[in-house]
Amino acid sequence: MQQSMDVIDDDQIQIEDIEIRLLLEAIYQLYGYDFRAYSRASMRRRVMHRLAMSGFPSVTQMTERVLRDRQFFVILLNDLTVNVTEMYRDPEFYRAFREEVIPVLKTFPFIKIWHAGCSTGEEIYSMAILLEEEGLYDRAMLYATDIDKNVLMAAKKGIYPIDAFKQYTENYRRAGGRKSLSEYATARYDSVIMEQRLKRNIVFADHDLATDQVFGEMHVILCRNVLIYFDRPLQERVIRLFDDSLDLGGFLCLGTKESLRFSGNEDAFDVINKSLRIFRKRQIPHNA
Amino acid sequence: MRRTMKAVVMGASWGGLNAFSTILAGLPARFPAAVLLVQHQHASADNRLAWLLSRYSTLPVRAPEDKEEILPGHVYVAPPGYHMLVNEDDTVALSTYRPVHFSRPSIDELFFSAGHAYGAALVGVLLTGANDDGSDGLDYIRRRGGHTLVQSPQSSEAPVMPEAAIIKGAAREVLDLERIGPYLADYLVGL
Repeated sequence: MQQSMDVIDDDQIQIEDIEIRLLLEAIYQLYGYDFRAYSRASMRRRVMHRLAMSGFPSVTQMTERVLRDRQFFVILLNDLTVNVTEMYRDPEFYRAFREEVIPVLKTFPFIKIWHAGCSTGEEIYSMAILLEEEGLYDRAMLYATDIDKNVLMAAKKGIYPIDAFKQYTENYRRAGGRKSLSEYATARYDSVIMEQRLKRNIVFADHDLATDQVFGEMHVILCRNVLIYFDRPLQERVIRLFDDSLDLGGFLCLGTKESLRFSGNEDAFDVINKSLRIFRKRQIPHNA
Repeated sequence: MRRTMKAVVMGASWGGLNAFSTILAGLPARFPAAVLLVQHQHASADNRLAWLLSRYSTLPVRAPEDKEEILPGHVYVAPPGYHMLVNEDDTVALSTYRPVHFSRPSIDELFFSAGHAYGAALVGVLLTGANDDGSDGLDYIRRRGGHTLVQSPQSSEAPVMPEAAIIKGAAREVLDLERIGPYLADYLVGL
């Protein structure tokens, strides 16, 4: 056994914490991305992970590089934001959406859906396919937003590795898909490209939930596994933003481990499906 | 000697269900620390593991929500498809960041964050498994002054993970599976 005596004491932890806060401040001031209210533990792990990969002796030295080298910043940005998702992640959610939300949407003449934090787009195409199968696509406008312009570009392209796509097929089936997922994509070498027609009513736009404003009169907001990256005050801000962006009777869908419990705005919503986190904004304003 | 510990973190891969149920069965009802554990599993496994383990434990066992408060005497099982981390304010942080060591949840994610938050008031336990997730995190816990236990390779269904930690020098104690539960009870409760 070669136990090293390299103790990491609380002083060193405190210094690292300060360095990480300064890094996030530098990113905000120079590039405008605001990670200062993100969940500490996850941010820290990602920063330390990039630090280990890049070989800098300290976070401060990495910050220096971030300030001078935009390309390096883009690599770090990818570490800090990428939410690795899949098509029909949590198939039971899509099944519940089909059974419990779609019937209501069918009574609307026009449907606006905001997918906040769409990452590389797997879930927006899942929703587009579901709408098409339910005969609602032509009436729908889907707004796919993310903080990171690079992942938005990937989302817009809609190209996914064929190995992953095989797994999505199983998700799609469990989600209650009516056809075969392969009917919505074209294989090319070891990738698949989502069909062009699925994209015609999707608008891709960059939007930062930490700093940007209301995204008008939505009927459905999907924001799954994004809130987990935020600290509680920012979660509260974002839930308020969603409340303000939703029409009365509009639906809010969160990740299955995310909750309105800590948001201070629980009263504004009815629970439609508890375990799959589907909520509905009350028809009568709660503060009326 | 009684020690004031905030948490026990445990990780396992292959053979983990048997190891966790054996250990949890050995913990007393008035266990003074929180227990957080990661078992490698497929994302579609749902929360079955928490339910299964609750049958072996006198402590409440659950798969937590994001930002849920971490309480002493409770067992938190990382939900499949999410990394489970610890925030300094004693809450759970979940993430869907990319898999680490091909795993989500990853043991290292839990161990590094808990080591950071709790320092010397932490016990890390690395159990049976067939890859090397957890050994870096366990070594970090040791370097933060925490106590570290590794399941003996001969008592492990898959010895790769414990061996990786032992070779790294991350283990303060190497124990057979049957001894880990009683050891933790003794170490924290002084029974």
